[in-house]
Amino acid sequence: MVLASDILVAQNIGFGIIALLMVLAGVGVIASRNVVHAALSLVLVMAGAAAQYILLAAEFVAVTQVLVYIGAVMVLFLFGVMLTRAKLGRDTDLNNKNAAIAAPVALLLFGVLAYVLMKGYSDDKLPAGGVPTSTKTVSDLIFKPYLLPFWALSFVLLAAVIGAIVLARKD
Amino acid sequence: MLVNEFLILAALLFCMGVYGVLTRKNAVMVLMSIELILNSVNINLLAFDRLNGNSEGSVFALYIIAVAAAEVGVGLAMLLLIYRNRKSISLDDLSEMKG
Repeated sequence: MVLASDILVAQNIGFGIIALLMVLAGVGVIASRNVVHAALSLVLVMAGAAAQYILLAAEFVAVTQVLVYIGAVMVLFLFGVMLTRAKLGRDTDLNNKNAAIAAPVALLLFGVLAYVLMKGYSDDKLPAGGVPTSTKTVSDLIFKPYLLPFWALSFVLLAAVIGAIVLARKD
Repeated sequence: MLVNEFLILAALLFCMGVYGVLTRKNAVMVLMSIELILNSVNINLLAFDRLNGNSEGSVFALYIIAVAAAEVGVGLAMLLLIYRNRKSISLDDLSEMKG
């Protein structure tokens, strides 16, 4: 039983607006007939995700999301669209013929996930208030218990950068 | 707030990403759908982070952001190479490995 006093009304309204925006922009990403419009919808989804991270009290991740995704990854995507000379403007040839199979697969997957989540976390509430996850806490975790994955990840990034240069340069 | 709000939003974004990966023909748009999937996973991680009160979900979310950046970099470099060789990035044309 959820009492009205337990629900943080302002946060729920904020969540609802952002979630609606994210879902509409997500539909734009997967249904748009225009590559650049899909990329710009993806910016909205990512900005909405950053806002949800703030609602979840993870400030550092939200800032990183804005910097890395909206700042860097989107520029990469737009460069990808440009360099592969995708048709700008409307393009009717963006989808293959799998939609008749893909839609039931996605809907079934969502149905199963939603059922399991409703069953498993029906009334579990996020702790109200409390302090946001501070950058110090995150950095203490990264550089103490999770140092080895951090090194591995640095190596992955280095390998990816070198690999991207080797692949994309013209000999 | 209920943790389920975030989890179901993430599930919805995940399924949208799956639909996009399955239906899009343009390889750049498939990569965009993969970004939708990765973002939904991050929302899940941070929701569970908040639910359980430890900060480890943030660490994993940051690692996923880094891996996604690497993935997009290599993925787009590969697409560029494919485009240069074949003048097309339609995934339907890449069928050499079809049995």
